[in-house]
Amino acid sequence: MLSEANVAAVWLTLKLATITTVILLIVGTPIAWWLARTHSKWKGVIGAVVALPLVLPPTVLGFYLLMILGPRGPIGQLTQSLGWGVLPFTFAGLVVASVFYSMPFVVQPLQQAFEAIGARPLEVAATLRASPWDAFFTVVLPLAKPGFITASILGFAHTVGEFGVVLMIGGNIPEKTRVVSVQIYDHVEALEYAEAHVLAGGMLLFSFLVLLALYSRKGTSTWK
Amino acid sequence: MTFDKAIHARFQVAWPGFNLDVELRLPGRGVTALFGHSGSGKTTLLRCLAGLERQSVGSLNFKGEVWQDDARGICRPTHRRPLGYVFQEASLFPHLSVRKNLDYGRKRVNGGHKVSLDHAVELLGIGHLLDRMPDRLSGGERQRVAIARALATSPELLLMDEPLAALDLKRKSEILPYLERLHDELEIPVCYVSHVPDEVARLADYVVLLSEGRVVAAGGLRETMARLDLPTAFTEDAGVVIEAVVADHDETYRLTRLDFPGGSVVVARRQESLGRRLRFRVHARDVSLALARAEGTSIVNLLPATVVEVADADTPAHVLVRLDAGGTPLIARITRFSLDHLGVTLGKSMWAQIKAVALLG
Repeated sequence: MLSEANVAAVWLTLKLATITTVILLIVGTPIAWWLARTHSKWKGVIGAVVALPLVLPPTVLGFYLLMILGPRGPIGQLTQSLGWGVLPFTFAGLVVASVFYSMPFVVQPLQQAFEAIGARPLEVAATLRASPWDAFFTVVLPLAKPGFITASILGFAHTVGEFGVVLMIGGNIPEKTRVVSVQIYDHVEALEYAEAHVLAGGMLLFSFLVLLALYSRKGTSTWK
Repeated sequence: MTFDKAIHARFQVAWPGFNLDVELRLPGRGVTALFGHSGSGKTTLLRCLAGLERQSVGSLNFKGEVWQDDARGICRPTHRRPLGYVFQEASLFPHLSVRKNLDYGRKRVNGGHKVSLDHAVELLGIGHLLDRMPDRLSGGERQRVAIARALATSPELLLMDEPLAALDLKRKSEILPYLERLHDELEIPVCYVSHVPDEVARLADYVVLLSEGRVVAAGGLRETMARLDLPTAFTEDAGVVIEAVVADHDETYRLTRLDFPGGSVVVARRQESLGRRLRFRVHARDVSLALARAEGTSIVNLLPATVVEVADADTPAHVLVRLDAGGTPLIARITRFSLDHLGVTLGKSMWAQIKAVALLG
């Protein structure tokens, strides 16, 4: 049912989404924590920057990433001087772009979860001799578990669904940057509607199931 | 009170619209009540003692150990201060069972456990709740678990922020006996924030009165409660606390006699056995004065007393008269008219007529 090229595209998409989600949970947690707890005047600025991908056309984000990561961009020159070459049109470049593109979908649910927990449980933990790190891992993480699940699902699903940024920064290289959404585009361009149907139908089903899972567990606490 | 055994605190907190500026020396044992109206800074002061108020500047010396001295750049974070803290509202970790809540602080404490877990559980009567989750507990049970959890860390200082405020009257009376047991059985100094005079009168040994971020008065419970020179915010509810002993039961009239230095009062029959100590409060508004021992009155509690001090009361029509009844202070709230009419002057011998006695406990 799935051609070899389609299997490769699906596999690449899952790999990209998984790596992106893991990186985002690691990078996004401290950002979300800072946004939830700070009184700094920079809170608004950082919050707005994180949320930019929600409103920007993917082509704008892709264009600037291309400029910055490209051979003449600041990051591009850095990666070249380190002997890594340039990131655009590689899988690594796609990961970097996806991290930026899906950032708000991970940071915002985490930030909301941290804000809902508030400062009190941390104060309680401190009066029970827990250091701030200790309290974070033993109190905040368990209490924020629903937020982490939501963030993971949204980050993963949103990365699977990206198209514009991939085209801008990754191009269309089989097994490197040709993800499912791009593959569908190729099939349609080539009038291979049967092939396109298989992938498009799969995406539709996947997206629906993800959202169904998300909305069905809204309002239920996971620690009970 | 020697310096080594005392708690010496000096704190300043400046917020828009609120300033806390206090210097205090608290006894290293017994219950100290931080008493005042909402907004007086009592909770902020308690949080300063715990190290939870990051904006605070000052110093804290706990029985010779420096916990904080901002002038020297010393500030022990909360988790390195050997204290227990009971918050106003239930603060149990919702993802942990009662047992694991109790273990949370306990397993993070190194060294000696002065209070055993079993003792804390028994003291608060929560043995049957250990396997429950916090959302399966009543408000009163939650607060008892929170107190036991704080005790299980064997704190050297117990801080309690109106632990009864979020509870209804029934739950309050359910917890108060446990708090009294803490006071009787443990040697830990306790700072107890409250705005309820009866709670303070029942539990405290030492009182700090706070108003608008300043200490208005500090001292032993009975001396402080009997002072007249306090702001009207405190005198509108003026009264004295008397500690008495159950001296006699009258089965015919179902009465109990309570003896204290300088006299005795009769109250409705109590369950306590002879010799038990009981505290009671006499509100100034429940005390009237007479020139001679009244005959033909329904008031049974009449005490001879000497006028010691006269001060303004909360309204211009009234005055507060402090009396000495054979060593026990009393306060009467009478009209200025009566003051002049009866010729009440310092040193005059009079009869205090006590209309009501509020027993605590």
